[in-house]
Amino acid sequence: MQTKNHKKKPLETLVHGIFLVLGLVTVGCVLLITVYLVISGIPAIREIGLVKFLFGKEWRSTASEPSFGILPFILTSVYGTAGAMLLGVPVGFFTAVYLAKAAPPKVKTVVESAVGLLAGIPSVVYGLVGMLVLVPGIRKIFNVPDGASLLAAIIVLAVMILPSIIKVSVTALEAVPKEYEDASLALGATPVETYFRVSVPAAKSGIAAAVVLGVGRAIGEAMAVMMVAGNVANMPSLFQSVRFLTTAVASEMAYSSGLQRQALFSIALVLFLFIMLINAALNLLLKRGNAK
Amino acid sequence: MKKTIATVIAAILVFSLFAGCNSKTPSNETSVSGTTSGGKTLSGSVSTDGSTSMEKVIGALGEAFTAENSGVNFTYNPTGSGSGITAVSEGRCDIGLSSRALKDEEKATGLKETVLAYDGICVIVNTGNTVANLTLDQIAKIYTGEIKNWSELGGTDGEIVLIGREAGSGTRDGFEAITKTEDLCQYRQELTSTGDVITTVSQNPGAIGYASLASVKNTVKALSVGGVAASEATVKDGTYAIQRPFVLVTKEGKTLSEAAQAFFDYITSAEASEIITAAGAVSVK
Repeated sequence: MQTKNHKKKPLETLVHGIFLVLGLVTVGCVLLITVYLVISGIPAIREIGLVKFLFGKEWRSTASEPSFGILPFILTSVYGTAGAMLLGVPVGFFTAVYLAKAAPPKVKTVVESAVGLLAGIPSVVYGLVGMLVLVPGIRKIFNVPDGASLLAAIIVLAVMILPSIIKVSVTALEAVPKEYEDASLALGATPVETYFRVSVPAAKSGIAAAVVLGVGRAIGEAMAVMMVAGNVANMPSLFQSVRFLTTAVASEMAYSSGLQRQALFSIALVLFLFIMLINAALNLLLKRGNAK
Repeated sequence: MKKTIATVIAAILVFSLFAGCNSKTPSNETSVSGTTSGGKTLSGSVSTDGSTSMEKVIGALGEAFTAENSGVNFTYNPTGSGSGITAVSEGRCDIGLSSRALKDEEKATGLKETVLAYDGICVIVNTGNTVANLTLDQIAKIYTGEIKNWSELGGTDGEIVLIGREAGSGTRDGFEAITKTEDLCQYRQELTSTGDVITTVSQNPGAIGYASLASVKNTVKALSVGGVAASEATVKDGTYAIQRPFVLVTKEGKTLSEAAQAFFDYITSAEASEIITAAGAVSVK
């Protein structure tokens, strides 16, 4: 017995060690990316000037007198994400309430697997369908010369964020204790009143987390947006060709050189800070939900 | 005992995971190995890196070369002209490929250019467009926003939608330099690949775009420039105005490996011009 224990201990330490190393790999990757982005993003901002970089309205990276203002990209990313939220959140929210509370089991299975499939579609496919169907569609419906616009990007993003919003919201709604709802029903509330006055408020931190997750996905998407937004560095306007923070990096990286390339890293740094902010908000929401 | 075995297996799996990383090769590298044995016993490797526009040409040349020299391993990394030039200056590849002439600042860093072939840039419109011919001056005016409607050019009434490539693209550089519209183009869309440009133009009746001669198919209509239709013959004799060089970039003073030098000599020889022509570009020879 004693010998067995004696034999077990170094083994336990070894296993613990392996797990620790594996855990540290993730932490190391995050640290590496952060440090690399900061180091490679700062020089261009220094050279251009922080205010000129963040609030400059003109981006002409390869002109003989280049200017590197990313305000159009920042505003486009903010407007695009806000627009996608405006379309996607109501649809996602009501779908989630229906699926979690009201849907018959058969319907629920079908819809949930469809949502799962939607989440699994690669973003380039969203982009392709957007490019071949949505962009010409917008051109014809709104009678504009070209359909590649902020609107097209918003619609594509709204569809792309649906799965994250629906899935997380459904989980949150399903976690609401059945006693709450039973009590509400016993007091004479109708089922619909119960869903919206009892279940939804009880799950609100989870639903908020779902929305923030959607924001994160929308602001970080590059491929699909690049194929439908037109990618010209204009100030955002619904039917204009626009460029997002993500697409600004992705579209010019391949051929860039010198200060242009450094400036692209700076854009990535700004985008990274946005995502960090969103993650911090998400953590805050989840923590508040747990504390309750 | 069982636990010991499980741990050992887990450890082996973990280490094999790391071992796997080392032998991983970049997935976007096209590797062409020869199959038939040639007369010479040349061995080694030739790595090329750069312009995506040159993919067809360099791929065909690489295949032909390795067919004659089975010992040579030929790789081509399609990263773009800028990346290819950087790669050769950092010594990460033997020969850099650029679909634009080197800038003076690049030549100043000790890089040498050798023109391999010429590529015509087609001006393309939707197949439904009635305009068939434009002068270089008209094209410049269209792209700078001076001419805004097809009716001004004898076409049907409709706004002209300008489709272009992203900043830094070799095709865009070439087009803007030739039409003298650098930094002046009022693009409606900036797309990141030739295929995207062709697709977009084929979808929009008011669109105009540019793409390399080799990749233009009949989904779009190529315009004549100054009365000269874009074709291999007109690019070669210089009558077609919008054309750019395909350039091989090497480091001045640095001798290539035996295999790389043989490859360089081979693709710049008259013998290879047939392959270049077959791949859609126009050989200098």
